[in-house]
Amino acid sequence: MAPSANAPALPRGFELPLEPRLPRIGAIDAVALEARAGELAKRSIKKESKLAALELAVRMMDLTTLEGADTPGKVAALCSKAMRPDPSDRSIPPVAAVCVYPNLVAVAKAKLEGSTVKVASVATAFPSGQSPLDVKLADVRDAVEAGADEIDMVIDRGAFLSGRYAKVYDEIVQVKAACGDTHLKVILETGELGTYDNVRRASLLAMAAGADFIKTSTGKISPAATLPVTLCMLEAIRDVHDETGRIVGMKPAGGIRAAKQAIQYLCVLNETLGSTWMTPDLFRFGASSLLNDVLMQIRKQKTGAYQSGDYFTLD
Amino acid sequence: MSGRLPVRKTYKLFIGGAFPRSESGRTLEAEGQNVARASRKDARDAVKAARGAFPKWSAATAYNRGQVLYRLAEMMEARSADLAATCSGEAEVEAAIDRVVWYAGWTDKLPQVLGGSNPVAGPYFNFTVPEPTGVVAIVAPDEPALLGLVTRVAPALAGGNAVVVVASETHPLAAIELAEAIATSDLPGGALNILTGQRAELAPVLAAHMDVNAIDVTGAGEGATELERLAAENVKRVVRGPADGQSPWEIQALLEFKTVWHPIGT
Amino acid sequence: MADLEKTRPPAPVPLEWEYAPAPESREIVHFQERYGLFVGGEQIEPRSGEWYSTIAPASEEHLAEIAQAREEDVDLAVQSARDAFENGWSRLPGSERAKYIFRIARILLERSREFAVAESLNSGKPIRESRDVDVPIAAAHFFYYAGWADKLEYAFPNRRPHPLGVAGQIIPWNFPLLMLAWKIAPALACGNTVVLKPSHTTPLTALLFTDVCRQAGLPPGVVNIITGDGRTGAAMVRHPGIDKIAFTGSTGVGKDIQRAIAGTGKRLTLELGGKAANIVFDDCALDQAVEGIINGIYFNQGEVCCAGSRLLVQESIYEQVIAKLKRRMSTLRVGDPLDKNTDVGAINSREQLDRITELVESGREEGAEIFQTECTLPDRGFWFAPTVFTNVAQSYRIAQEEIFGPVLSVLTFRTPEEAVEKANNTAYGLSAGVWTEKGSRILWMAERLRAGVVWGNTFNRFDPASPFGGYKESGFGREGGRHGLEAYLRFE
Repeated sequence: MAPSANAPALPRGFELPLEPRLPRIGAIDAVALEARAGELAKRSIKKESKLAALELAVRMMDLTTLEGADTPGKVAALCSKAMRPDPSDRSIPPVAAVCVYPNLVAVAKAKLEGSTVKVASVATAFPSGQSPLDVKLADVRDAVEAGADEIDMVIDRGAFLSGRYAKVYDEIVQVKAACGDTHLKVILETGELGTYDNVRRASLLAMAAGADFIKTSTGKISPAATLPVTLCMLEAIRDVHDETGRIVGMKPAGGIRAAKQAIQYLCVLNETLGSTWMTPDLFRFGASSLLNDVLMQIRKQKTGAYQSGDYFTLD
Repeated sequence: MSGRLPVRKTYKLFIGGAFPRSESGRTLEAEGQNVARASRKDARDAVKAARGAFPKWSAATAYNRGQVLYRLAEMMEARSADLAATCSGEAEVEAAIDRVVWYAGWTDKLPQVLGGSNPVAGPYFNFTVPEPTGVVAIVAPDEPALLGLVTRVAPALAGGNAVVVVASETHPLAAIELAEAIATSDLPGGALNILTGQRAELAPVLAAHMDVNAIDVTGAGEGATELERLAAENVKRVVRGPADGQSPWEIQALLEFKTVWHPIGT
Repeated sequence: MADLEKTRPPAPVPLEWEYAPAPESREIVHFQERYGLFVGGEQIEPRSGEWYSTIAPASEEHLAEIAQAREEDVDLAVQSARDAFENGWSRLPGSERAKYIFRIARILLERSREFAVAESLNSGKPIRESRDVDVPIAAAHFFYYAGWADKLEYAFPNRRPHPLGVAGQIIPWNFPLLMLAWKIAPALACGNTVVLKPSHTTPLTALLFTDVCRQAGLPPGVVNIITGDGRTGAAMVRHPGIDKIAFTGSTGVGKDIQRAIAGTGKRLTLELGGKAANIVFDDCALDQAVEGIINGIYFNQGEVCCAGSRLLVQESIYEQVIAKLKRRMSTLRVGDPLDKNTDVGAINSREQLDRITELVESGREEGAEIFQTECTLPDRGFWFAPTVFTNVAQSYRIAQEEIFGPVLSVLTFRTPEEAVEKANNTAYGLSAGVWTEKGSRILWMAERLRAGVVWGNTFNRFDPASPFGGYKESGFGREGGRHGLEAYLRFE
């Protein structure tokens, strides 16, 4: 049983326990936040800037299948799609990663051998996180041993919403330790957190505990990713970078189905964090059906004609 | 045989923005037509539709509600001839349309006339705002066939309520004709529902329904007393008013008032 | 153990993402080559015989020839308005007046894209603003006031309202169509007829509006639009046939008007300049407050009477706020008003640009520290980069005088009392902003700020239902809401 991690020093001399202090950290005005996100969503991205964004969106995608019904066959097909999204257009690059359950990591790893596409695995009793810590850590270790390049963990929302922030923090620290060099994305499940204030608090907590990426959602509940929630999390990332120099990535997941939305997310990213973050190393889309809509838009940009889904493989 | 055979309209209920038949399959004849005879289950469905639509309709901005009601007036104007055939004629239709426009202009002014800040004796900001009461059942008057219905319905909608109407038993066609204008007016489905059939069968169901917040008994005649008694079970607001007339107090009758306090200090 | 100091290197090739131009098409709007005066429902030649050119301030391109109205033309317009008032409009039932005004609102909404493009071309403001703010709110004003036309007896308990007669209305160039709506909608709803003069540099949307009047079937003479410069306005102010003057513009001209009508019995409302304090407390929602500061002074290029042109920031968060502010300013896109991604457009005229430049120079001379964003400004047209001055003293001209441009002056405070004192220490009193997450403090500040509009955790919010107007030298009278009816009525 791993002992509780010693709390490292936090920025500006704050020390654990954060618990009594945390509810008063991180006020967000929801109306203004949503208005700003709405403004950014109205950017009109055309021509070469649109093509550049669409191509980047492909490279940023974590192609995802997280179903009870997932089989080796299904995952193998997804991996093929990941490596070559559009067989009829060689210039379309592979996606960033595939995202699967731990049981399917080995299959994905084998299929993606030799390609640049990474394997991300969910872990820590995804999606609910409602299991004892030792079960969650074993889940992480299994995925890492099976070859996962990245771990997408879920925070304990039950603990967070009942004010046990130290427990949430501690679990992330221990999961990070169990990951070793494997990248850790921390899923906040923003749709359950209730307020943007909580989203900001959870973001700061996760980054303080060692997250390499903070991620909005499991994709299993609604609402999943939204533009305002993403903006909120990017602003938290910006503050952490300003204060400590630490660079943390971000991943909106779930509910992003249209290329138009992907472009809106990139506008939010571009105008909040700037070009440094405009790379798959620091921003990912957690999506499944988004890819084909992006491919259709790319082809429309290149040919001038609106496309049909019939011409793009499902996987 | 000479001339073209017209395609006759089937008169159905208006629930949730759609035109279903009665689940009971019954009809009754009124004004020379077969009209759907709604059952208690239809009434139940109508209340469910109204409750479902209420959050969206009441959360719409006052400006938006005003625009929707104005659009209803536009649609009624386009259907003037059809509406005139179901009531006493053009003059009544014009009055009904103008009444809808009148109420459309109230939605974004009510709090300024009916509410306001209250100068309490202490360092508190105190203000009172009106809110719609919720789902309102309306027993429509028989006369005037169209204008009476509009006179009772428009203030309820203007206040942001969702409505279930028991149409006049003797003049139901005006109600269904109005429903067609409603259906093309941008009013969210379920914000207004119209049941045709027997008043004595339907009104008590709505009066006793625990998820209806208020009942307008204007058209109930002698049956009103029984409705008032049934309404007491969940402390419904009981309302009655003229079959022809307009005033912001008709809107107020179906509003709740919320008073909010907040300290003033550094 | 989490290693917080580990910094991962960024990816090999992050995307430097430049947005391609995204111009709104100009094809939707057609300007006449030449516009006469709109009097008695028709376009007529000015008796003065004088014309001038109106341009697009972003490019100095000529857009149309505009009539210059003189005394005789003003007289014709007033006469036409008087006839229309006596012979029909004042006797029309309120419900019929309402329906004309509802029509205007609906038509304006239908033609909103056309009006937005015209507004951006002639005024220099970004299409995103004219499309999302100016035109929709203008239409909403007509819709809101249409609803009052037949309900006046409910607006004033125990008073019997009557129209005044002919209203003379003089509006500025910063929100040409919106200011027209703020003036004409309540005037008509109350049963008056109007003679309106748009600003010299921005006549086009007012002239397009006359076509909306035509489409709405508005009786001739109810609305008259006469174009011209300050001399036309002065002639209107002097004209004995006008019952009421409504003026929005500079405090200087407002005082002239007030002097000119002294003793005439004319009714008057004034909406003048401002030097609003935007007050940011240390417990604010920080990033949203920065957005509010930006919106407060760079919306519409800062050419706004209620602009938050003085930032009063609590000293405890000064560094943080300034750093975030400067970074956020650098993402402002200055350029072609018709580009959908433009945030800051062109300055309205050469004169205005010169005024801004002069005041900014004074700021430098008096010792304030200047920061301006780096942007490529086109060589044609009138442009000024978003600017912020720090180390500003209350006595500097840039803290006292209205600049009416994208220039922010920053001062600090320590306590709420000090913030109130500094905010109120001005001859103006139009608006103020307060940023704090503490509700009680917003209300406490609102109670003490001598300003006609107080924005709590927001800025530059306008709605036809919300009364707007100033204290002190920012003018008197309110536009919007039930209060906005007063100016256009007399009571028995």
